[in-house]
Amino acid sequence: MRNSSLFLIYTSSGVVLLSLLLAHASLSETAQQENLKEKAMLVKTLKLTDLCLFTEARYTRHLSQADLNTAFQDHPLSLEHFPSGSFTQPPERMSERP
Amino acid sequence: MRHWIEKQRYIIDFTISSLLRRKVKNFGLLALYTLIVFILASTMFFTYSIKKEASLILKDAPEIVVQKIVAGRHDLLPVSYLDTIKNIRGVAAVESRLWGYYYDSLVGANYTLLVPPANGNSADNAQSPAKTTVVEGEPGIDKSKPLFELNGAVLEPGTLIIGNGIARLRDIGKGDYMPFLTFDGNVVNFRIAGTLSSQSELVSADLMLITGEDFRKLFGIDNSYVTDLTVVVNNPSEIATVASKIKKRLPQARPIIRDEILRTYDSIFNWRGGMMIVIFSAAVLAFVIFAWDKASGLSAGERREIGILKAVGWETSDVIQMKFWEGAMISLTAFFTGVILAYVHVFFTGSLVFEPALKGWSSLYPNFELTPFVNLEQLTTLFFLTVVPYTVATIVPIWRAATIDPDSAMRFTGD
Repeated sequence: MRNSSLFLIYTSSGVVLLSLLLAHASLSETAQQENLKEKAMLVKTLKLTDLCLFTEARYTRHLSQADLNTAFQDHPLSLEHFPSGSFTQPPERMSERP
Repeated sequence: MRHWIEKQRYIIDFTISSLLRRKVKNFGLLALYTLIVFILASTMFFTYSIKKEASLILKDAPEIVVQKIVAGRHDLLPVSYLDTIKNIRGVAAVESRLWGYYYDSLVGANYTLLVPPANGNSADNAQSPAKTTVVEGEPGIDKSKPLFELNGAVLEPGTLIIGNGIARLRDIGKGDYMPFLTFDGNVVNFRIAGTLSSQSELVSADLMLITGEDFRKLFGIDNSYVTDLTVVVNNPSEIATVASKIKKRLPQARPIIRDEILRTYDSIFNWRGGMMIVIFSAAVLAFVIFAWDKASGLSAGERREIGILKAVGWETSDVIQMKFWEGAMISLTAFFTGVILAYVHVFFTGSLVFEPALKGWSSLYPNFELTPFVNLEQLTTLFFLTVVPYTVATIVPIWRAATIDPDSAMRFTGD
């Protein structure tokens, strides 16, 4: 088989696979609606405010409820030291000027 | 047209043979390029999906949460604040919340203890021994399906309903007992009445539902205090106004509106922050090196190859087309492989590569499957970020080399 045919086959299969992944994403989104609804319902019923992503410290567990001086709450020189702190940003209101 | 297609196919045949002549260099380049696309695509898929999921899940979070701040720290809130806020025009309802953290030294994990609303979290009904069923439904939702995976379990004094993350970590379940150290040093045992469903772990992995009475006994909190308040506003467009009125009437209060909660999760994993900027910088740097390597000129071998091709009759445009196909082939192969692997990584293996960093120091981590929110727009952005710059960077130096005289190209030996 010619090299160009192999390349064409590879590129076409790449396009087909990507389309299948997009279809999978769309189908999963529909299938997950019930699950998303259940989580949203739990949030509404229990009046929750945050996702349970990082449980290592109280201000990473409840990011939206954290104190304004979060980074310094354990020690005056303590900047953010938990690994999850490297994924998150300070709340927007911290940088907003009144 | 047929002639043009056939010509392109011959050029592609020749380009692949030429690439295979420098196997090690080109496969190394392809592997590195694929890795960069994989990291970028994984980051993009993961962050977009988690943000989207957060916005959908938290859309019904409390409209306003009111905390009390003392010396810059979150403090318990007097129940008397409730009446002050109720009297503000535009407020439909005010409810108190009782919640806090408990550190389990046995497994080194922090739990979130929460009193379900209307379960003795206010001063008035703190003493009420009434049982409250936490299996609830809502109009529009299948009522036959319990909200929690309880099979009719009832939360009553002396019992807990725990999140699936805790059940997994402690290897406990319904009917087991869990010891807790109270504020005054006594040990109390709570029976597990049920577990929250595993599907809800993204919001409930570390949750423990407890009655208001038990919560107060455990932490020694007086009936006249609660953790914070939630406020329902009549008109959603007045939320910010009501929040500012609360702040005015109760200067120690800190109102947090739903929009701020949602914005917090919108800025999480933002590309400008922390680890993301490290990943992006590494990827961009690697790309700059690629582009620099290509744009700064060709090796002596490549120059000689171009010289020979021109000497045997190839046009300048043919040489440029050949190099275009070379760039396109490498970048397209890297793009397809990288994106497909990234999708499998994020949505089928639970972001295996990111997992150690995401877990951080937590010993209690939610086990959740992300809903794949992937669209054509993301793929197009990735395509333009990766394939186009590389292909363009390949063409520019070739234009310079392809226009020189074949004789001098073949004679040129130095870099």
